[in-house]
Amino acid sequence: MSIEVRHLTHTYGEGSALSTVALNDISFTIQEGEFVGIVGHTGSGKSTLVQHLNGLLKPTSGQVLVDGEDLNGEKVNRRVLRQRIGLVFQYPEYQLFEETVAKDIAFGPKNQGLSTAKIDARVHHAMESVHLDYQKYAEKSPFELSGGQMRRVAIAGVLAMAPKVLILDEPTAGLDPRGRDRILSMLEELRDREHTTILMVSHSMEDMARLATRLLVIAEGKLVADDTPRAVFARPDLLTRIGLDVPEAAKLCAALRGKGYDLPPDLYRMEEVRNALLALWKGADPC
Amino acid sequence: MDQQTRIQADQVSYTYEEAAAPALSKASVTIREGEFVAVLGHNGSGKSTLAKLLNALYVPTEGKILVCGFDTAQDSHVWEIRRRAGMIFQNPDNQIVATIVKEDVAFGLENLGVPTEEMIPRVESALAAVHMSRFADSAPHMLSGGQKQRVAVAGILAMEPSVLIADEATAMLDPSGRREVLDTVRALNRQKGITVVWITHFMEEAAEADRILVISDGQIVSEGTPREVFPHVDRMRELHLDVPRMTALAADLRREGMPIREDVLTVEEMVKEVERLCPLKSAT
Repeated sequence: MSIEVRHLTHTYGEGSALSTVALNDISFTIQEGEFVGIVGHTGSGKSTLVQHLNGLLKPTSGQVLVDGEDLNGEKVNRRVLRQRIGLVFQYPEYQLFEETVAKDIAFGPKNQGLSTAKIDARVHHAMESVHLDYQKYAEKSPFELSGGQMRRVAIAGVLAMAPKVLILDEPTAGLDPRGRDRILSMLEELRDREHTTILMVSHSMEDMARLATRLLVIAEGKLVADDTPRAVFARPDLLTRIGLDVPEAAKLCAALRGKGYDLPPDLYRMEEVRNALLALWKGADPC
Repeated sequence: MDQQTRIQADQVSYTYEEAAAPALSKASVTIREGEFVAVLGHNGSGKSTLAKLLNALYVPTEGKILVCGFDTAQDSHVWEIRRRAGMIFQNPDNQIVATIVKEDVAFGLENLGVPTEEMIPRVESALAAVHMSRFADSAPHMLSGGQKQRVAVAGILAMEPSVLIADEATAMLDPSGRREVLDTVRALNRQKGITVVWITHFMEEAAEADRILVISDGQIVSEGTPREVFPHVDRMRELHLDVPRMTALAADLRREGMPIREDVLTVEEMVKEVERLCPLKSAT
């Protein structure tokens, strides 16, 4: 399932004195199975962008095409298209409401009109995907769980609708390191085992370095870079200028190159930097 | 308790109603005037319980806590303690009460019955200290998360506290918001000598503290300077905590035999170590 964004522009409060251009002529295409990171400073327009991808916002001009169909076209079944694109909001655990974990996760598929057996299968599978043991948690109140577990229940609720594309806005914000690692490894599995197309908005460049296969960099409503993490992180000046972090591994690499060390300019994973430093130390490279 | 001691917790335990096990168990800690102490621990470790005990929101089930010499267990001391030990919380939207920034900052002073002519300069100087003077007449909902947290800090500063307790005050902020709040509080600590208890999940923030307390399962399991605590990379991981990335890299390199210092915390320090161990051949 592909998503194509064509010349998307969104203006809040159009025609009023307070009108602001949140997105300005953005175009890109996402293919099935990609893991796309969307990065940008607060207020850059990234949340506005993701809300267009499942039809929550309508473009002021431009189009969003899902498998070639205009999401805002007149004849399109928006309800069906939306179910295929699951959106996980920031702090989704605030939206939990049911008595039990299983009921909360079943809410979406129930609305899809599935049979009880199918709903059950969806709930089981979704809980497995987010690493919550069915026996242990299905009948618990979601409000008895830890913050990280509640967030995984909320993500399971979206996965239970069997979306082809999963969009997550800041899925690790506010979690402790263990909660964060669980979410990241769960997303890694979805990418590798189920080939779910994933778009993730995050401020954490370390998370992006670990997961993304492609990065969209947004600044002041414009798409300023669309490339592999390796190519984007090799331009630390661009990221710093628009107020974003650079992974520590890339920072170290840039600092050493600045001192005259002969290291490749595009290292951004800690393992790569470790190996390069070991090579330096062992004298495999002239140093 | 001597003059310089700001917080003294002695064998403190706290058990929530109907809980089987204590959330905090026999914790003892002394925090002195002007210290910046980071508290680390995974969710449910007991660190927020500790914070609430320090602010007299909770009273120890066992043991005793003195804050600026006042026993938190005595009802009559509660306001003396709250005035001296201000607390900021995680969610910037949950701690703003007024519709104009300067009124929000004045809220605590109003509760203390401070006269208006004294209140105005205190609010002004508190906003100046967190670099928010130009937003004095703004509506809080127009501010960014980092700005809101700085307003919350100003509200505490206006009370002229000795101690600031921050319970994951940067958790919901973006990287630049985090930086701005930490820098603000660090400057207040250095310039005004305010003692800070900084609860965080961000190891890079803890790396800037004078001292770190690590809490796990309700107990203080490790204590020391960042350079003493973080090199125990495996131990920290067992406790489900991170260490600064450069400390983890140093540990990896040492495992491979490279005789690098184990207490590297920052990129700059790592660069120095590389220069020491792999000197560049002088330019020809």
